[in-house]
Amino acid sequence: MRKNGRSDRAALLALACVVVGLILANRYLDDYKIRIINLSGIYVTLGLSMNLINGFTGMFSLGHAGFMAIGAYTVGILTMPVQMKEMNFFLQPIVPFLANVEWGFLPALLAAGLVAAVLGIIIGAPVLRLTDDYLAIATLGFAEIIRVVFTNTQSLTNGALGLKGIPNYTNTWWSWGVAFVTIWFVSFLIRGSYGKAFMAIREDEVAARAMGINLFKHKVMSFAFGSFFAGVAGGLLASLLGTIDPNMFRITLTFNILLIVVLGGLGRITGTVISAVIVTVMMEALRFLDESINLGFVEIKGVPGMRMVIFSIILILMVIVGREGFLKRLKGRETSYAEN
Amino acid sequence: MGNLSMFLQHLTNGISLGSLYALIAIGYTMVYGILRLINFAHGDIFMLGVYLTYFGILYTSIPWWLVFVIAPAITGIIGLFLEKVCYKPLRDSPRITILISAIGASFLLQNLGIVLFGGRPRAFPVPRVLNHVVKVRGVSINVITFIIPVVTILLLVGLTYFITKTKTGMAMRALSRDYETASLMGIDINKIISITFFMGSLLAAVGGIMWGARYPQLMPLMGMMPGLKSFIAAVVGGIGNIAGAVAGGFILGLGEIMLVALLPRLTGYRDAFAFVVLIIILLVKPSGLMGQRETEKV
Repeated sequence: MRKNGRSDRAALLALACVVVGLILANRYLDDYKIRIINLSGIYVTLGLSMNLINGFTGMFSLGHAGFMAIGAYTVGILTMPVQMKEMNFFLQPIVPFLANVEWGFLPALLAAGLVAAVLGIIIGAPVLRLTDDYLAIATLGFAEIIRVVFTNTQSLTNGALGLKGIPNYTNTWWSWGVAFVTIWFVSFLIRGSYGKAFMAIREDEVAARAMGINLFKHKVMSFAFGSFFAGVAGGLLASLLGTIDPNMFRITLTFNILLIVVLGGLGRITGTVISAVIVTVMMEALRFLDESINLGFVEIKGVPGMRMVIFSIILILMVIVGREGFLKRLKGRETSYAEN
Repeated sequence: MGNLSMFLQHLTNGISLGSLYALIAIGYTMVYGILRLINFAHGDIFMLGVYLTYFGILYTSIPWWLVFVIAPAITGIIGLFLEKVCYKPLRDSPRITILISAIGASFLLQNLGIVLFGGRPRAFPVPRVLNHVVKVRGVSINVITFIIPVVTILLLVGLTYFITKTKTGMAMRALSRDYETASLMGIDINKIISITFFMGSLLAAVGGIMWGARYPQLMPLMGMMPGLKSFIAAVVGGIGNIAGAVAGGFILGLGEIMLVALLPRLTGYRDAFAFVVLIIILLVKPSGLMGQRETEKV
């Protein structure tokens, strides 16, 4: 109990620091840096939502890009002004029931999360019976199907042309506000009985089932929460960028989030938050690797793709070098369960 | 008559695409049979095979038919090396860890491809012998469309012989049946796994060369879709089962071509077809079409 109190105080302190930091950042930093701060917040949400599914419940899902796409399109279509819609949908007019809607940002974000969660349940219910690698492929497949469907439904999503001119509501308060809601929600969930059930499923499905945990219910629940936040984060991203198209939501995006989750530690909240920020900043900071730098007297040629090579190597090294750590951590957890 | 010849044309196209999926699927299924690991990087190994052939033909004086032999061999060695670096250290780790490593390896190869070969598409230099159209009773077919199934069948016969008749093949079957017992019986696990990866990658590269001859556009990310679809083919047929992988490959290849041919309105959904099949199979018969008999695993 006392430990919880202390971590609550630490969380409040961190929250205060971030609020002060954001106020200062908004006053003194340029647009580019603000954009990186926004992206960090969005990736915190994404990392935590994936960690809830993959890290805490132990289901290896690779469908995040798909749920983000759903969220992004929901927000894009719902918040876009009516005239803008007419300009966007010049090949085929938009379906009538969406033509005249123009929602505020908050309801649109919630709608994005809900649509993603409902689709998460519809998709998840049949495939969550599968184990590790089959589930990974099936969810990857769903993400890919969502992308293909979005490319082809011209009158709903404007197809391959994508949506342009989505109003830029996302600012640092929105992105980090959502991030903090996610942090709070996930830690709340994990501390409670649901979280215990999730982790029991991760450790041993058969034992969890024997203890009377409803596997299906908890798996679907974890999946639905995860996709809800993925959808909201996708919505924030759409509103931050202003332009979206189906090809943004390829598996590369899921890979970035997976990188964050693995670096931060499967089943770790603080680690995920920190690694989300680090990875986002590094992605930008290492951009020079992809571009040529002109130092005046000599030009260093950048190689496109170098950045991702480095990130892939980091991921593999993390897994190979850190495997002792993984094992130890799991073992440590087992003993602590026994003591409880 | 026109309809019939159209149909035959689609049929041959489907069979040749199916053969390619089958060749790549075998690599997945062999590795899965022994290590219970989805080698996510398999599709990218396939891509490397195509690029090696491309560079071999254009930048060396080696005749093209020799390149068609050397490039798969080199690709096989790369596959073997990949296992040593990315999978071997994790052999006793939880499966999720190896899976992450496999995904990392896949992205590493893709991005190395972009760095080394450039992101722009390249045109595969198809030897003229393989690239002319013959007309058979009004059906015009590219020679390569015939060659692909023939090569596939020859390789399959060779592989089946290898697995059922040789000592190494027997060791592979033993390993896939019971890993620990097999190792107690004096089977050199590391050697057998290396051979498995070598052969899987070699077959993927052969598939890749024929893919390049059939669809002559090379891109560093070209391995992803065929890789995923072939994996699905392996699952549809029953993963770990070579005959199943071949059957799955043909089902997917024919299905995809026929879908586009018979329902042109759904052309845009072509890439989703395989995934829909996968999900149906996983729900109806998770062990795949031929996966019920454990004994046939390789």
